[in-house]
Amino acid sequence: MSVADVAFYCFAVPAVFAALMVVTQRNMVHAVLWLILVFLSSAGMFVLLGAEFVAMLLVIVYVGAVAVLFLFVVMMLDVDFEALKSEMVRYVPVAALIGIVILLQLSMGIGAWVTAEGAPAMRQAVTPDPSQIENSRALGLLIYDKYLYLFQTAGLILLVAMVGAILLTLRERRDVKRQNVLAQMWRDPAKAMELKDVKPGQGL
Amino acid sequence: MTSADFSTVLPEMVLAISAMLGLMAGVYGGKDRLTPVMTWVFAGLMLFLALWIGFGGSGARTAFGGMFIEDPFARFAKVTILASAAAVLLLGQEYMQRRDLGRFEFPILVALSVTGMMMMVSAGDLIALYMGLELQSLALYVVASLRRDSVKSTEAGMKYFVLGALSSGLLLYGASLVYGFAGTTLFSGILATVNEGVPLGLLFGLVFMLSGLAFKVSAAPFHMWTPDVYEGSPTPVTAFFSTAPKVAAIALIARTVHDAFGGIPMDWRQVLAALAVASMFLGSVAAIGQRDIKRLMAYSSIGHMGYALVGLAAGTAAGVQAMLLYMAIYVTMNVGTFAFILSMEKDGRPVTSIDSLNMFAKREPLKALAVLVLMFSLAGVPPFIGFFAKFYILKAAVSAGMAWLAVLTVLAAVIGAYYYMRIVYYMYFGKDGEPVESRMGGVQWTMLMAAAAINVLGVINMFGLEPLAALAAETLVR
Repeated sequence: MSVADVAFYCFAVPAVFAALMVVTQRNMVHAVLWLILVFLSSAGMFVLLGAEFVAMLLVIVYVGAVAVLFLFVVMMLDVDFEALKSEMVRYVPVAALIGIVILLQLSMGIGAWVTAEGAPAMRQAVTPDPSQIENSRALGLLIYDKYLYLFQTAGLILLVAMVGAILLTLRERRDVKRQNVLAQMWRDPAKAMELKDVKPGQGL
Repeated sequence: MTSADFSTVLPEMVLAISAMLGLMAGVYGGKDRLTPVMTWVFAGLMLFLALWIGFGGSGARTAFGGMFIEDPFARFAKVTILASAAAVLLLGQEYMQRRDLGRFEFPILVALSVTGMMMMVSAGDLIALYMGLELQSLALYVVASLRRDSVKSTEAGMKYFVLGALSSGLLLYGASLVYGFAGTTLFSGILATVNEGVPLGLLFGLVFMLSGLAFKVSAAPFHMWTPDVYEGSPTPVTAFFSTAPKVAAIALIARTVHDAFGGIPMDWRQVLAALAVASMFLGSVAAIGQRDIKRLMAYSSIGHMGYALVGLAAGTAAGVQAMLLYMAIYVTMNVGTFAFILSMEKDGRPVTSIDSLNMFAKREPLKALAVLVLMFSLAGVPPFIGFFAKFYILKAAVSAGMAWLAVLTVLAAVIGAYYYMRIVYYMYFGKDGEPVESRMGGVQWTMLMAAAAINVLGVINMFGLEPLAALAAETLVR
């Protein structure tokens, strides 16, 4: 076993174990923390593969932003997962049966797996040679040049997701008073107050 | 990546960029006050794009290394999609306004969804296929739950979203198996590698992909979401669901099976034939018990997708031609029918129950006649154009040596005719009672009458669609 193999197992075993913990933990916050461990271990494996840029992205974006966002959501939502689970228990036998059947069928398909002649070569042909070109540059060439069409479409999909989220959740409440800072600042002090000379016994 | 690539996708770019501009105008401009203007602008833009694509393009060309295909087949499908989406947008405008649903995001989401559909029918790559499909569906999930304070509408959106995500999962799994075998995501590359002697893994991939796509056209047994989503969504949204997305999805199936798997027709023809038979019979039989006209139209669309799939199952150019003609005619019939459904009202509230149509012919003979024409056409009764749509399908099935499928098609059509006839029966000979009112704006009236007129007059020469569909089919089936 070479050093690289040892390093691989050092990352792979925690990744699988943490992934198991994510789906079995009762406490949602703990599950999210285990998820962070999954991301970190996967980042380690990307480094072993020589894709250090993707590894850094995984740490910065997934651990730094996405997981933290998850934590916020989990802490803010008050979802009773036990009630949901008790509903699910009723369907577990049927679901397990179907799952096992599909698993058996798929393993038949995977067992008889063959690839077309020249498929590995074609797969290689898409990516630039890593020994010639550093990997962030290679990514740029693929995403912003070869697959620009798909990249832009992905952007459109995200735009639709954003519009949809706002359309379905934004509520303009008319029954609350809102602070209008500009109106407050532009207020003329001279007009803010009016002094009246009230004569005794007459009122206004 | 050259400027030629961009000029090929120019119509899609125009639509997407106008959607973004519309979004800007809506957010910084008048918000929902702009909705009527925006609806007309986007409908006009889509009609313009339909004319541009229909008359401007010629020949076949690809862009972005084969990921985007612009050919007569794509153009035929795009024109159908754009024209029907524009018609449905205008159709629902008044309804949305009156029911307090006139959100300015609706025409924008429809435009983005149509952009996705145009990408779908032009897809030349597994990733491009998925991206277009997802752009299309995501916008549809949102508009399904547009009436967000109604339980039924949010349920419709949620159901559509969850099941749609599942079907996307199936599609992606299938696509990954196909990529695993072929080593490329390009359809042309898959076509070159996939020939005789299909290994089991590839077959799994093909079936998974077809299952995912069958969900999008609501073919049985992947139809479960359709009735609930059709019933729960606001009616203009239902009208949209039953037209353009169906054309896009079935064109995508045709594109995938012929462009990528054209070398192994026997393997997908039987899958499509099974889907077609299941959809036709489920659509015909399950619709009989429906009392709600929107649910009825859902089962009707399941059945009609079955008939269109019969054309694809034939696996020939004639079959693809029949499918394209069928979809164009189906969309026309549906636009007319929904123009009527949108106008059904009682005491100012929309009604969708079939019983409310009792003796409608006495109140409004002209509208009842138009609906009669549309129902007969949907059922496939001879003098109307719907019959010729089914006739082409049958001819393609028989000439491809699938006479048994043609027999089953006729059988299902006969069963299905019952529930269309029942609507006509209620309108003309139903029980006496207070019939539904039909409050129509000028646009809806025009669409209803135009659709009915097309269904009668179209039998003369189908408005010259036949050679166009034949040309489109020949470029796809080589």
